[in-house]
Amino acid sequence: MSTNSSTGAGGNYLDVRDLRVEFPTEDGLVRAVDGVSFSLQRGQTLAIVGESGSGKSVTSQAIMGLHNRKSANISGQVILEGEDLIAMSDEGVRKLRGQKMAMIFQDPLSSLHPFYTVGKQLVEAVRVHQDVSKDAARKQAIAMLDRVGIPNPDRRADDYPHQLSGGMRQRVMIAMALLNSPTLLIADEPTTALDVTVQAQILELLKDLQRDFNTAIIVITHDLGVVADMADEVVVMYGGRLVEHGSVHDIFHRPEMPYTLGLLASMPRLDHGRSSRLDPIPGLPPSLIRLPQGCVFRPRCTYHDKVPGGLCDTERPELITTGPNHEVRCHMTADVRRAIAVERLGARIEETA
Amino acid sequence: MSGYIVRRLISMVLMLLLLTLVVFLLFSVLPTDPARLTCGKACTPEVVAANRHNLGLDLPLWKQYWEFLKGLFIGRTYGSGTQTYSCDAPCLGYSFKRGEEVTTLIKQGFPATFWLAVGAFIMWISVGVSVGIYAALRRGKWQDKTVMGISLIGYSLPSFFIGLVLLYFIILKWELLPYPSYVSPFENPVAFFQTMLLPWIVLAILYAAFYMRLTRNQMLDTLGEDYIRTARAKGLSERIVIRKHGLRAGLTPIVTAAGLDLAGLLGGAIITESIFSLPGIGSLAVNSVVDADLPLIVGITLVTATFIIVANLIVDLLYAVIDPRVRLV
Repeated sequence: MSTNSSTGAGGNYLDVRDLRVEFPTEDGLVRAVDGVSFSLQRGQTLAIVGESGSGKSVTSQAIMGLHNRKSANISGQVILEGEDLIAMSDEGVRKLRGQKMAMIFQDPLSSLHPFYTVGKQLVEAVRVHQDVSKDAARKQAIAMLDRVGIPNPDRRADDYPHQLSGGMRQRVMIAMALLNSPTLLIADEPTTALDVTVQAQILELLKDLQRDFNTAIIVITHDLGVVADMADEVVVMYGGRLVEHGSVHDIFHRPEMPYTLGLLASMPRLDHGRSSRLDPIPGLPPSLIRLPQGCVFRPRCTYHDKVPGGLCDTERPELITTGPNHEVRCHMTADVRRAIAVERLGARIEETA
Repeated sequence: MSGYIVRRLISMVLMLLLLTLVVFLLFSVLPTDPARLTCGKACTPEVVAANRHNLGLDLPLWKQYWEFLKGLFIGRTYGSGTQTYSCDAPCLGYSFKRGEEVTTLIKQGFPATFWLAVGAFIMWISVGVSVGIYAALRRGKWQDKTVMGISLIGYSLPSFFIGLVLLYFIILKWELLPYPSYVSPFENPVAFFQTMLLPWIVLAILYAAFYMRLTRNQMLDTLGEDYIRTARAKGLSERIVIRKHGLRAGLTPIVTAAGLDLAGLLGGAIITESIFSLPGIGSLAVNSVVDADLPLIVGITLVTATFIIVANLIVDLLYAVIDPRVRLV
């Protein structure tokens, strides 16, 4: 992984190491996140991609410390600027939340309190972390609403969330997240609930703000368009595991894991014309309680016969490095993986040096 | 908003008028002859006929209903010639059985019912809501399970059972409290509390059990909402997340239930009042049915229904104040 600035112990601004999140339930242990590692620098964007239930939201909420530690078993390390948040007390993490690290959620209507005005909710966010008067906090709130592109912010501040449009509400959520100038921003499907035209505006806004504040952004999405637009690096998750990790260029032009190939092939493309059919991944994501014995993707993988000895059924593939800063979890050999990628995605695939 | 209130008031009056008609027709088709019931054993056909005339029961049905409505709004006069009795508006009728105007009887019964309902209301809201919140915050733990178990028992026990058990042990057997005899709280506060304590408890147990569950479920729903996660993501302490964000949203729907339940009780708690011989509207209703005292039954039905309809309006107006998403148009 890239190591240009030197903020944390490992030289990274954020280091997630072997993160595991398990939820004991009556039906058994749900392994929502199983040994995920990645890192991130300030000013960079990491996209976490995967289907519903792949563990991407659970990962982000674990970084934020939003899981109740009594109902979730969390292990591993989340090192933010040299401090391990998993080892830290609840109170310690709470003080960082909304200040050093902030989060934007998928559905801005349900994520804002329906009974309080937007201004009130913003003022509250300021005053948790700053010892300022209500008036001063309101001034900050209005300035931030203005910054995220809300017209007449002083009047809008007195509106309730339901009085705003979807795009405006997401701008309010972004304003709320940025009030205390966080250096890590997690956006959990920030555009999923919005119109396409508004989606582009929100992404532009996030990129703008990232330039201004030099924020590290983790964007969680299943929309590869968002990934292409925002991300520097990509983590692909499946069944609670990291299955492929690389630069955005690696993922789009040198994908190796059959699941990543499937995601790319199931994305509609204008340059392919209408006659070419979409190529969905067969089957459904696995239950996180009874994961397959071998590779988690084995039941949906059409290439498992390319691995000799039924290894895909019996053994979990390790994460192997396949290029500079490019890791993949697959039993097939590099040559076979590349041949399949060329076969599936054709011209888009680049030959590796 | 004012347009909404005017429209609601008009529909309220229409609803009550419709209700008077339904109640009036229902009782007119009953096989009992109210005139016959007005005089005792030594009754002669002449007396019955005279009473029938004085009560206006010899008039055609529509005329009787008209007289009833007239009494409600401008008062009416019973009888004719020298033997007349005038009943001022709002006249709900005259109970010959009790020799008293229905409005007077209801007014006499109201204080006991009012104090019973209000006292029990305070008890069940404070116990039910706070225990419900407690259970929600300890969801799935033994405290939650215990509270929900107790609530289920409280909700399943009929109030006549709890009432009789308490009456037997606390008043008759152990003599911890004097035998209930209602006095006004302004006259003798000590005797008032001694009398009302058990009825309050009996009534409150049933409702508190229900409100525990209601509050717990509302709180659990609310605490699972996305905006609670947002509040946590802001870095708010758990205490503020629950008090400011959780309770505000979780307790709002309880206002509706509480308003309607209180209004329902103001129309009389029949079983509780009967067990503890409280001279309230509930006991009055039971006695009026036993005696087939038709004017009194009609009167109580109307008054009780009015409470509920008015409470509905108040609750709706209140809801618009506490939930900004509700707009009354």
